[in-house]
Amino acid sequence: MARRAADPDSRTDAADPTRPTGPGAVRRAGHAGFRAAHPVGLAALLVALLAGLVVSIGVAVTIGPADIPVSTVWSVVADRLGLPHAEVPLLREHIVWRLRLPRVLGAAAVGGGLAAVGAVMQTVTRNPLADPYLLGVSSGASLGAVAVLVLGFGGGVAALTGGAFAGALAAFAVVAAVAGRRAALAPTRVVLAGVAVAQLCGAATSFVIIWVADPHATQSITFWLSGSLARVDWAALAWAAPVLAAVLALVAAYARTLNAFAFGEDAAATLGVPVGRVRWLLLVATALLTAALVAVSGAVGFVGLILPHAARFLTGADHRRLLPVAVLAGAIFLVWVDTAARTLFAPRELPVGVLTALLGVPAFVVLLRRRKVRG
Amino acid sequence: MLTVTGVSWSVAARRILDDVTCAVPAGGLVGLLGPNGCGKTTLLRIVARLAAPDAGLVTVGGDDVATLSRGTLARRAALLAQHADTELDLTVGEVVLLGRTPHRGSRWSDSAADRVAAADALARVDLDGYADRRWHTLSGGERQRVQLARALAQQPLLLLLDEPTNHLDIGHQLHLLHLVRRSGITALAALHDLNLAAMFCDAVVVLAAGRVVAAGTPAEVLTPGLLADVYGVRADVVAHPVTGRPAITYHPPAP
Repeated sequence: MARRAADPDSRTDAADPTRPTGPGAVRRAGHAGFRAAHPVGLAALLVALLAGLVVSIGVAVTIGPADIPVSTVWSVVADRLGLPHAEVPLLREHIVWRLRLPRVLGAAAVGGGLAAVGAVMQTVTRNPLADPYLLGVSSGASLGAVAVLVLGFGGGVAALTGGAFAGALAAFAVVAAVAGRRAALAPTRVVLAGVAVAQLCGAATSFVIIWVADPHATQSITFWLSGSLARVDWAALAWAAPVLAAVLALVAAYARTLNAFAFGEDAAATLGVPVGRVRWLLLVATALLTAALVAVSGAVGFVGLILPHAARFLTGADHRRLLPVAVLAGAIFLVWVDTAARTLFAPRELPVGVLTALLGVPAFVVLLRRRKVRG
Repeated sequence: MLTVTGVSWSVAARRILDDVTCAVPAGGLVGLLGPNGCGKTTLLRIVARLAAPDAGLVTVGGDDVATLSRGTLARRAALLAQHADTELDLTVGEVVLLGRTPHRGSRWSDSAADRVAAADALARVDLDGYADRRWHTLSGGERQRVQLARALAQQPLLLLLDEPTNHLDIGHQLHLLHLVRRSGITALAALHDLNLAAMFCDAVVVLAAGRVVAAGTPAEVLTPGLLADVYGVRADVVAHPVTGRPAITYHPPAP
């Protein structure tokens, strides 16, 4: 305790009327640093992002060929919620409820979900370049979903999600096997293996679609390989939403455990984390979420790569702050990118994955050059 | 506090540890010595249960480590690796708080006890006021002290140190081992520098080719004969003018 006198911060204590007393107060100057190490208050940030997401969804629904004011969007939603509202013409009701709202909500779910998947993968594989698309998991999910379609299990969302899940797990298993047993320590090898698996799955997906002479082959290939939110409906959302909620809840429960991976798996183990079980659980959970999202949107790339890194600028590396911010920011991001994808070249529509790649590849290059990526 | 009994470990048909037996009494600082590749790191990894021995028994605080949960073991033994590093942009405070991981249960936020333990640990390595500094801005010596603070925040019964003074200048080497000594926590430290081991350790264990070849106080063990046998060097051993412990000076290799 005598060392306290030499503490450079001790002079501030006398001027601080809020200073607590008692044994726990002795290190007060040190405590200050254990609270707010990041510039922005988390609560304010989350409230702002949540408000931003609600406003983004509301505004994005108004944007499109038919001019629909926000008040109409509200009336349609209020009608479904049983709240008092103004009358809306049937056609407009249809545009808002059947066409635009599921799509915008789908964009939010896919964007938020992919951001969470990317953040968890980056930590668990200790690889700053990890992303479900780059690691081939999304492509594997696409192949699995297409295989289910072709094998005649029907186009139901449940079958699609199941096939996508099997494909996602298989793809990740192949990546892990190709990259070697010490995969977690060799980021560039994992990414190279992931790119190879993604190419293979993409080629197989294209082959299957053309082989079965899908009348909309080109469109289907684009959907499964580049990602598109054009097909989202309420049935697809009804399947993806519970998976999204469950996996996000699981990941949130492991937020502190994820922090322990900062110095590697051995360090996490000596901090009391059952590393093998945690890694296995979280990788399977993120593969499941990836599969559910791919069943909604196909393989949208780079959202899982960029958004966690962008969120870390705001929150630092603590997953308790990072995960909620990344999820909300990812949701807002994809709502707007998809809105741009369907309106920039209207009446033609860009696959949303084309736009996310346009934004994501430069970010990937920056990360690759800036980080000392080992392996 | 720590007992290692008859531990053997092989990889690819090569025996790295062969029937190793040693012990660290409560409150003691024991140096683990031996040439490169003799199995020091492997022994520390087995004690920390990062590897499982092919044969033999390791107990920490009286219990076989194989029977303890990861969390229980982490509350008893903390490991300080050679050079820990991270890709992430962490503050010193966040790194030290990682040491509270095995104490937190399922709590989401840091408790007052966590913050007190972390702040206290930083003070014990003479880094008061560093909590907001960025890990990436620290020097090698500061990083090792932060990692020691993280290990102290674990409030372990036993510290495992794997060449903790590697890559540090002599001032930082002396300071780090002084801090370990001052913490009063039982410790097993793999060390390369025999003079540092002689100065700080209560006892030393010398490994060569995976076997224990000598154990005892530094004065008993660190003799010219042993240094010739184990390291293949010629050396004089005199009493240190201040501490009275062995002080070793080496001869250049014969031409």
